[in-house]
Amino acid sequence: MAAPASAYKDRQFLAVIGDEDTVTGLLLAGVGHVSPPPDNQKNFLVVDTKTENSAIEAAFDRFTHERKDIAILLINQHIAERIRHRVETYTAAFPSLLEIPSKDHPYDPEKDSVLKRVRRLFGE
Amino acid sequence: MKGKLKGAQTGHDLLKRKSEALTKRFREITRRIDEAKRKMGRVMQIAAFSLAEVTYAVGGEIGYQIQESAKQARFRVRTKQENVSGVFLPQFESYQTEGNNDFGLTGLGKGGQQVQRCRETYARAVETLVELASLQTAFVILDEVIKVVNRRVNAIEHVIIPRTENTIKYINSELDELDREEFYRLKKVSGKKQRDAAEQEAAREAKSPEKEIATAEAGESRDLLGDEDNEDVIF
Repeated sequence: MAAPASAYKDRQFLAVIGDEDTVTGLLLAGVGHVSPPPDNQKNFLVVDTKTENSAIEAAFDRFTHERKDIAILLINQHIAERIRHRVETYTAAFPSLLEIPSKDHPYDPEKDSVLKRVRRLFGE
Repeated sequence: MKGKLKGAQTGHDLLKRKSEALTKRFREITRRIDEAKRKMGRVMQIAAFSLAEVTYAVGGEIGYQIQESAKQARFRVRTKQENVSGVFLPQFESYQTEGNNDFGLTGLGKGGQQVQRCRETYARAVETLVELASLQTAFVILDEVIKVVNRRVNAIEHVIIPRTENTIKYINSELDELDREEFYRLKKVSGKKQRDAAEQEAAREAKSPEKEIATAEAGESRDLLGDEDNEDVIF
């Protein structure tokens, strides 16, 4: 019942949805990838206070459903909070969704979808 | 049918053991996820601080420049499999492709060292994140598999085994019933035979006095015929 190998064989990139500092840092580490022209798809999205929730959701959908080459999606926790219902309903194994803290918003384990599931499973 | 029941029980035991093994693994993974998440918090904090250092050293925003110069991912992951009781858990492994560096010119003017250090810090942070992501993927998959296995265990325990047992019970009762019927019939038959015999006996008994009477009559008639030579006294 494990996922077939084809489901994750080609997945080799990380995607990021985050604020400017987080994205900059991760890009410095070398995760950034822009697919070749003509589509020119970036695997990162910079979110600031002016970014619409719909834009975040669109990026989330693009990274989780449309692109087949992304293994891990990193998303800042305060951004995940803005599209929480989408994050909660996302249960697929690939790409795996990881909530990361940002500079301005320290990590809060209470809000993490996965940790919530852990707690629910252990009946706390 | 007995074989089927036995098979179901063996399957149940095996599945139960599998489910236990998976659950053990699952608990271990959740514990590690918890740890890794805490570690991630610290690592990201350090990374953010080093980025702040860069910003200070470069003396301005470099975010835009970096976003524009990102072309090819240097930091990639590959997946490999790990087999836990027949369940394949993918594991991410990070690797850096050599020889392409999008940010060669970043910080050329000033703060190059800080940029370099920041890159290393972030690379370490991303490694931690990748580790955490693979744990989390394992968690999601295991969660699903455990649910399926438990469902199967319960199905066998609460549906298949009782059903088979019921069938066996039904067959047994039916056989018993047949047995009883057969016994009853035999009894009935022997009873009938006895009754028949008794009737015949009775009939024979009933017949024989008649015969005697008949013989007696015949004797009388013979007598009647036989006393020709007797003298008739009365006449």
